[in-house]
Amino acid sequence: MANIIPTMIRKFANPKVISSLPAATVARRTHFTYVADKEAPVDGPTTKMNMFQAINNGLDLALEVDQSALLFGEDVAFGGVFRCSINLQKKYGADRVFNTPLCEQGIAGFAIGVANAGATAIAEIQFADYIMPAFDQIVNEAAKMRYRSGNLFDCGSLTIRAPCGAVGHGALYHSQSPEAYFAHTPGLKIVIPRGPNKAKGLLLACIKEKDPCLIFEPKTLYRAAVEEVPVAPYECQIGKADILRSGADVTLVGWGTQVHVLLETADMAKKELGVNAEVIDLVSILPWDKETICNSVKKTGRVIIAHEAPKTSGFGAELAATIQEACFLHLEAPVQRVTGWDTPFPHVYEPFYLPDKYRCLDAIKKVIKY
Amino acid sequence: MALIRNSLKIVRDITLRSSIRYSSTNFDPDPQGENLGTTRFPGANAPFVGTPSLLKPNQVHPIPIYRVMDRSGDIQDPSQDPNLSRDIVEKMFRDMVLLNTMDKILYESQRQGRISFYMTNFGEEASHIGSAAALDPNDLVYGQYREAGVLVWRGYTISDFIDQCYGNDEDQGRGKQMPVHYGSRKLNFITISSPLATQMPQAVGAAYAFKRQPNNHRIVICYFGEGAASEGDAHAAFNFAATLDCPVILFCRNNGFAISTPSKEQYKGDGIAGRGPAYGIATIRVDGTDTFAVYNGTKLAREYALKNNKPVILEAMAYRVGHHSTSDDSTAYRSSQEVEVWNSVEHPISKLKNYMLKKGWWSEEEETTYVKSIRKQILSQISLSEKKPKPDWREMFHDVYHDMPQHLKEQLAEMEEHVAKYKQHYPLQNFKA
Repeated sequence: MANIIPTMIRKFANPKVISSLPAATVARRTHFTYVADKEAPVDGPTTKMNMFQAINNGLDLALEVDQSALLFGEDVAFGGVFRCSINLQKKYGADRVFNTPLCEQGIAGFAIGVANAGATAIAEIQFADYIMPAFDQIVNEAAKMRYRSGNLFDCGSLTIRAPCGAVGHGALYHSQSPEAYFAHTPGLKIVIPRGPNKAKGLLLACIKEKDPCLIFEPKTLYRAAVEEVPVAPYECQIGKADILRSGADVTLVGWGTQVHVLLETADMAKKELGVNAEVIDLVSILPWDKETICNSVKKTGRVIIAHEAPKTSGFGAELAATIQEACFLHLEAPVQRVTGWDTPFPHVYEPFYLPDKYRCLDAIKKVIKY
Repeated sequence: MALIRNSLKIVRDITLRSSIRYSSTNFDPDPQGENLGTTRFPGANAPFVGTPSLLKPNQVHPIPIYRVMDRSGDIQDPSQDPNLSRDIVEKMFRDMVLLNTMDKILYESQRQGRISFYMTNFGEEASHIGSAAALDPNDLVYGQYREAGVLVWRGYTISDFIDQCYGNDEDQGRGKQMPVHYGSRKLNFITISSPLATQMPQAVGAAYAFKRQPNNHRIVICYFGEGAASEGDAHAAFNFAATLDCPVILFCRNNGFAISTPSKEQYKGDGIAGRGPAYGIATIRVDGTDTFAVYNGTKLAREYALKNNKPVILEAMAYRVGHHSTSDDSTAYRSSQEVEVWNSVEHPISKLKNYMLKKGWWSEEEETTYVKSIRKQILSQISLSEKKPKPDWREMFHDVYHDMPQHLKEQLAEMEEHVAKYKQHYPLQNFKA
């Protein structure tokens, strides 16, 4: 599949080209401000890392402890188009960190086979938008292998990483958030980190997990998200949501980059409306933390779910339906979903497409007034 | 590369005979091109030529079909006789007859509504047994669904087969898949799944993992039909196997049909073997009705794959004598006269039988006694398997994940409560309590 963004970056990296352009043309508008984790997930020495460095560090630690672990995908050998695998081939050899032919169904199928043989497979799909050719291997094969064989065989040592989400200018095929497609598949585990700490901990958890895991990494955070990350290996629990800010008036649920939009929205709501919002990072899409979400909603009586992916059958629909089922008597207002529109992800219209802080704030106004 | 060069040489020979103009310009390095220096394109290593010409598919000779034994069971070239012991050949023959007998009975039992589905192996027994015999029992097998003979050879029992088809409590697959979706950890046979060709890149991945193990002595074999070879996953598997140097035999059963689609509507090239050189893969085509040709071909492929850490494409030519499955009536798309030829003189079992008769290793009486005893075993197993309860219905929720997550625990509890309330509406008597 085409990988347009790094080529664009390389082109514009030429200072002559850049200096010949008016500044406004290259200025990047981001729809969020990164909020670093308040505390490290585990004790011990930390280092400042951005998200690609934290992932690189996680991969490094995984390859170091597990001699069977393999890292592969398109352009992984030279460090990856997002630098996540940088220096790893040099360190662990070309038989453990290597390029595959350009074929997603092959990458996923190959990875399942590696895992069948008991080795650890860490596969990369260059953009989550290009995971679709591997859909059959992931949904019909990886997810069902343990079940259909009566536990004779499994591919539990398989992890697939894929950069996802909006990036400012990624348009239709460098922006998608396909988590809901996979959330409909029993047998998979799906996680989405909100920053470096979470990315490293979730990655190491996925690699160790005895079920096939998908980890969707919001690509806009690779460089933008910087925080203190523990140097030692650690794991973040799959299936556990994080309450990032507590509040009593409304529950805001999101994941990935959207968490940072919601944190900013919560600041605005406090300042402009005097509303105390509880902000929850769902972290794990499958299985998801029903208990944490429902406890929060029972407390606040109001809930807004926000995600970049389109609304219809987005994962917000699953949350909304379950909240309605489990918290019916506690709800003071209808469950709100602030999401991408039911259109393909557009290029120049991205600012109008995303569920930004103003749309989220407006939803808070609606549920408070209801 | 060697194969490509050979085929180019063949083309050159043809063109030499047919046209002087072609021979002077077509495939020899062009003097003008050489003056321009050596080629520097990273994508191919080839000489320049000065005239454009299309390499047409018919300019490449078809890959020949390796055969050891003719239809009367005579070895054509004594140097090719694998000289297998009487015990081995007798096991080959008995296993083929067992598979054939079991197929006939289970096919009928589906017709009587006793099992929900079945697929026979008629006409392809030699591909299964010949290849399985040439492998090490530790070699890992990925199959499509018409390779039950490989399991027979490795020791999967009549009860293993029939319990799976009934999905009863003795089924190793726990009654979760349709009949003929066998699997065995003990016998290194990865559980079959219905989506075609998905097993192919998986087999390549497993072979890669084997290769990395110290003193590796295992290869992977992956079976698939010529129809499945049209799937994208087949392309992925061929290309990954070649570029990543994987010790895997990609074994194609080319039986002429994918359900109703004849192979001439499946591809236009030289079968599946013809694709091997294009991927840079060592390739062999064998007579899939000749047990010894399949055996020798697989043995050669295994040695090559293990020694060089490289893949082999093996195409076994055969004919699907039976219907595609119990849901198919093949008379709707082919003549019964055509089928009859492959069911008699060209049938793998009759060929091996002729060989054994000539050796004095087998007789009609022995066969009658053997088939009779096998039939008896299969029929009594059917009545046993039929009576065995299905697993506890709660197993429906097991093995989705390694550990049951909370939401599945809740759904299990919900169904338990429901079943307790409405038990008269569910076939609980058929399931283990």
